[in-house]
Amino acid sequence: MKASAAPACCAGTASVEAPASARQIVLVGNPNVGKSLFFNAFTGLYVDVSNYPGTTVAVSSGRMGDDVVLDTPGIYGVSSFNDEETVARDIVMEADVIVNVVDAVHLERDLFLTQQILDMGIPMVVALNMVDEAKTQGVGVDAEALSRLLGVPVIPTVAVHRKGFDEVRDALDAARSGRSDPLLQERLTELLARVATRPEALLVLEADPVVSERAGVHIEGQRDAIYQDRRRRVNDVVAEAVRQPNGRPDFHNRLGRALIRPLVGIPVLAATLFVMYEVIGVFVAGTVVGFTEGTVMQGYVEPFLRGLIERVTGTSGVAYSILAGDFGVVTMTVTYVFGLLLPLVVAFYLLMSTLEDSGYLPRIAALSDRLMTGIGLNGRAIIPMILGFGCITMATMTTRILGSERERRIATALMAFAIPCSAQLGVVVALLAAAGGGVIALAYAAIMIVIFGLIGLAMDRVMPGKSTDLLIDLPPLRLPRPKNVLVKTYHKTVMFLREVILYFVAGALLLSVLQITGALQGLQILLTPLTVGWLGLPAAASNAFVMGFVRRDFGATGLYDLGLNGTQILVALVTITLFVPCIASVLIIMKERGKAFTAAVWLGSVGLAFLVGGIVAHVAGVL
Amino acid sequence: MTLLDARPGRPIRILKINDDRARAQCVRFGIGEGTVIESAETVPLGPVLVRHCRQEICLGRSLARRVLVESVVVA
Repeated sequence: MKASAAPACCAGTASVEAPASARQIVLVGNPNVGKSLFFNAFTGLYVDVSNYPGTTVAVSSGRMGDDVVLDTPGIYGVSSFNDEETVARDIVMEADVIVNVVDAVHLERDLFLTQQILDMGIPMVVALNMVDEAKTQGVGVDAEALSRLLGVPVIPTVAVHRKGFDEVRDALDAARSGRSDPLLQERLTELLARVATRPEALLVLEADPVVSERAGVHIEGQRDAIYQDRRRRVNDVVAEAVRQPNGRPDFHNRLGRALIRPLVGIPVLAATLFVMYEVIGVFVAGTVVGFTEGTVMQGYVEPFLRGLIERVTGTSGVAYSILAGDFGVVTMTVTYVFGLLLPLVVAFYLLMSTLEDSGYLPRIAALSDRLMTGIGLNGRAIIPMILGFGCITMATMTTRILGSERERRIATALMAFAIPCSAQLGVVVALLAAAGGGVIALAYAAIMIVIFGLIGLAMDRVMPGKSTDLLIDLPPLRLPRPKNVLVKTYHKTVMFLREVILYFVAGALLLSVLQITGALQGLQILLTPLTVGWLGLPAAASNAFVMGFVRRDFGATGLYDLGLNGTQILVALVTITLFVPCIASVLIIMKERGKAFTAAVWLGSVGLAFLVGGIVAHVAGVL
Repeated sequence: MTLLDARPGRPIRILKINDDRARAQCVRFGIGEGTVIESAETVPLGPVLVRHCRQEICLGRSLARRVLVESVVVA
């Protein structure tokens, strides 16, 4: 197979260059139908994964011969319900050929999207995937009948065993626009006097707000009627081409069901969290990062880089401080990105991809929906929250899965304020043990949980708009494919690094300037009355808070040697946990949620940390 | 009655979904108004799980309260 696109690591742009005659082949399908396996088979290793312009949705593109192949996020229909759909919609509307991957076991659901794209009149080939699983479950799918009813080539495939890839590729030239409803097409033809393309006409008729606005055509929405009519047509196709089994649900099904019942679900979730914490929080954040950051970066790489820079700038000037000082643009960026973040990111994506491919995540969402609705979120928000205990930076990126910007903001703020990351948790646990554990640890946990709930309730009240309800399809449980997990991890890691490096350079530059101008030391002196007078901590504790601006665990670490008593430890820990998130997360929050929101969270967390810390100090003093 | 009141394991017919976006999404899933589904179970205090053609769909509690259903008598 020929794959001539540039390697992802140095391409740097969202699109793959292609000759003018190239076709845009777009892979479309519901979530969890095996689309990415087709994409990998069609394009090989040299693909470009980047965010679709103006969004945070990742789109993969690659080359197959002269043609460009684009992968789209999994969707159930084309419209503007969320970011994934918006991105998929725009790519689909520009497609020359669609490869629609459908799950042979769930055709009632999958063919709705198929029929919608056929109604747009875009040439299509259907890859009827998982025919082996359908057979096992007793679902008989007649591919020939399906092809006749839809009017497009239908190729049976088993993507996990690489069966049918060549046949789908060969069928691309036979792609056709297939069958639609004559009455609907008549109406679309009428509309073509006012809009440019048939896909556009359909979405305008379905009252898609974004497409209507873009086309400048506003007509009365007929989405319900069109959807119901399309549903009828799909059901007719399924009735004719699919033989339904008669039997009881199998083991997977029963296990999947048990996982959303509290009695089974909570212990399994607790065990999963424990494993994740041990892997990311203890092993990778501790042992691996200790080696990569401490031994490799600070031991060898940083001195080497300092030596190089020294030769050019000498060691006394401002240039040296900026490039290689305490917050050196070169040294801090390299150490943080490759020594600290890289191992965390790889571990994180390995676990995430495994959970994602297993079908377990939606079940966690179902299990925790009740808790999350109380704070203006729905069950899906549990996923970033859990990940936040590993690393807030990474977890902030996964808030992309939430249904509205309102929910993403609430979740991001909750994590930034009240969830301690693994690096910090390690120090917190050690300090609590030093304080004698027991009552102090309980008080700490109780205060943090109450604050978490209060922030959630307050944000739910204050933020305009309404959060979305949980409405998800629970995919069957599956054993993840190691290769797929590795490929996903690789691409996501590369994309992450490519995106964050610039932010780190900027952050390091800012800190260096603050230090050189004396602003950092000024801040330390400024904080002293607060720490001593209000929190009742020794003056040296203000150092811990200033360091906390950089990394939360730096801050907590600074509290070790102060000889604090039990109450002081409680006050210090509550304050430092609520205190600003580390520089890495601040930069990611800025990238994902914008400057104004980041500033509000940052200032809010400084205020809240000292407010709550002081209250705890005074209440504990009275007790 | 609402979907929240439906007895688990019994077939029910969806009469009305009082939420524009959820109605569209449900039609895509294959459970539009008029469809007969099985109310599989309700997570205590949590969402409702329904089954239809080997699919399991989970609806948040407040949404389930806005879905009107009737029970279907099995002949």
